[in-house]
Amino acid sequence: MTVDHYHHMSWLHKSLSVSVYPIQWLAAAPVQLSHTLANNFRGRDVLLQENEHLRKELARLKQRTLKYEALLKENDRLRAFLDNSFKLGEQMLVAELVSVNLAPYEHRVLINKGSHFGVHVGQPVLSVDGIVGQVVRVSPTNAEILLITDPSHAIPVQVNRNGLRAIAVGNGRLDQLEVPNLPNNADIQTGDLLVTSGLGGVFPQGYPVATVTEVKTQAGSRFALITAKPSAALDRIREVLITWSQESARPFLPLQASPASGAEQTVPASPRPDSDEH
Amino acid sequence: MNTEDTRHYTTILISLVVAMILRLLEWPATLSMLNPDWVLLVLMYWCLTQSDRYGVGLAWLTGLLADAATGRLLGQHALIYALIAYGCVRLHTHLRVFPLLQQLAYVLFFLLCSQLIMFFIEILQGKPPLSWTYWLPALTGTLAWPAVLSICRAIQWRNPAHY
Repeated sequence: MTVDHYHHMSWLHKSLSVSVYPIQWLAAAPVQLSHTLANNFRGRDVLLQENEHLRKELARLKQRTLKYEALLKENDRLRAFLDNSFKLGEQMLVAELVSVNLAPYEHRVLINKGSHFGVHVGQPVLSVDGIVGQVVRVSPTNAEILLITDPSHAIPVQVNRNGLRAIAVGNGRLDQLEVPNLPNNADIQTGDLLVTSGLGGVFPQGYPVATVTEVKTQAGSRFALITAKPSAALDRIREVLITWSQESARPFLPLQASPASGAEQTVPASPRPDSDEH
Repeated sequence: MNTEDTRHYTTILISLVVAMILRLLEWPATLSMLNPDWVLLVLMYWCLTQSDRYGVGLAWLTGLLADAATGRLLGQHALIYALIAYGCVRLHTHLRVFPLLQQLAYVLFFLLCSQLIMFFIEILQGKPPLSWTYWLPALTGTLAWPAVLSICRAIQWRNPAHY
């Protein structure tokens, strides 16, 4: 039982994981098939509608990207002044969920990318809407993700509105997070967006985690009862993005590629592997 | 290895693979809470009916694979399956002649034992407390036992010497 704790035995675990992969694949096949069928037999008007919708969305996002580029440059210059020339998580890999039921009392999911693709334990996993979880186990073909709603998971967050730091803890429901240990008079209200604070070193800073749905003050207690709804639709996601933030964190400056940024001054000579994110 | 042996092995292998697939199949959330441990049920069947051939060893190996497939601590299922298989092999002479109702009581007992050991192992790993729904698979497993019994009997090789 304690085999897991010895590093030299991990090959056994790895080979076992690989040998059960066909069974996992078979177990996931019905769901996969139903998705494929649903995609194939979709009406023309539905597709046209979706196309239209996506085109609008693309236009909107492109327009936002224009602004983003400018803001990125500005942020870049400001960070150079602060001697905090570090950037996290830009490299991403798309992985698909393997629909298998690991343990009903835990929020763990399996994805179809493993150490063959360089996935490693502790990597943050996002969806297009927000943080999904982190990688907790890797085999050559698969990786296991612990969702942020698992009762054993906690993620450092801050309120996007005012920067108030807190920790969001899973409570075992797929659509709910709890924010414990905030005093009754903390400046947090319904509708506040919680983003990752980057403390703790696992998750990159500034990604949406959840929206506060309820703030209840308790008469007998010093702490408020705060619940939030995860931004990512954890019960419906099919695809996730795995990011590289720690291992391959790259220095943000110097920017040889874009000479217009004017960042030649205050550039640290080398990247600092131990920034405040670690 | 003669052809009959090969047939035995393939039957057992296929039944265990199907059980594992049933165990891993993704149901809607409420159903997956009820999903019993099919692998253990099938193992129990083989340990009861073929107790002179299969027992703790097969259970141990299957358990290791179950651990890898469900991402548990390696050896967790292996330990539980081996213990239950030992119980089945020890009691197979009684259990085989029991009426179904009495058999069900024993199956429930075995399944509850397996859940209890699993519970302790999970707690030892520092997992947060589990809700009461954790114990439901033992009940549904007991209810599924007659189905497992009849299906396994149907696929089992015809051999008057056994069962």
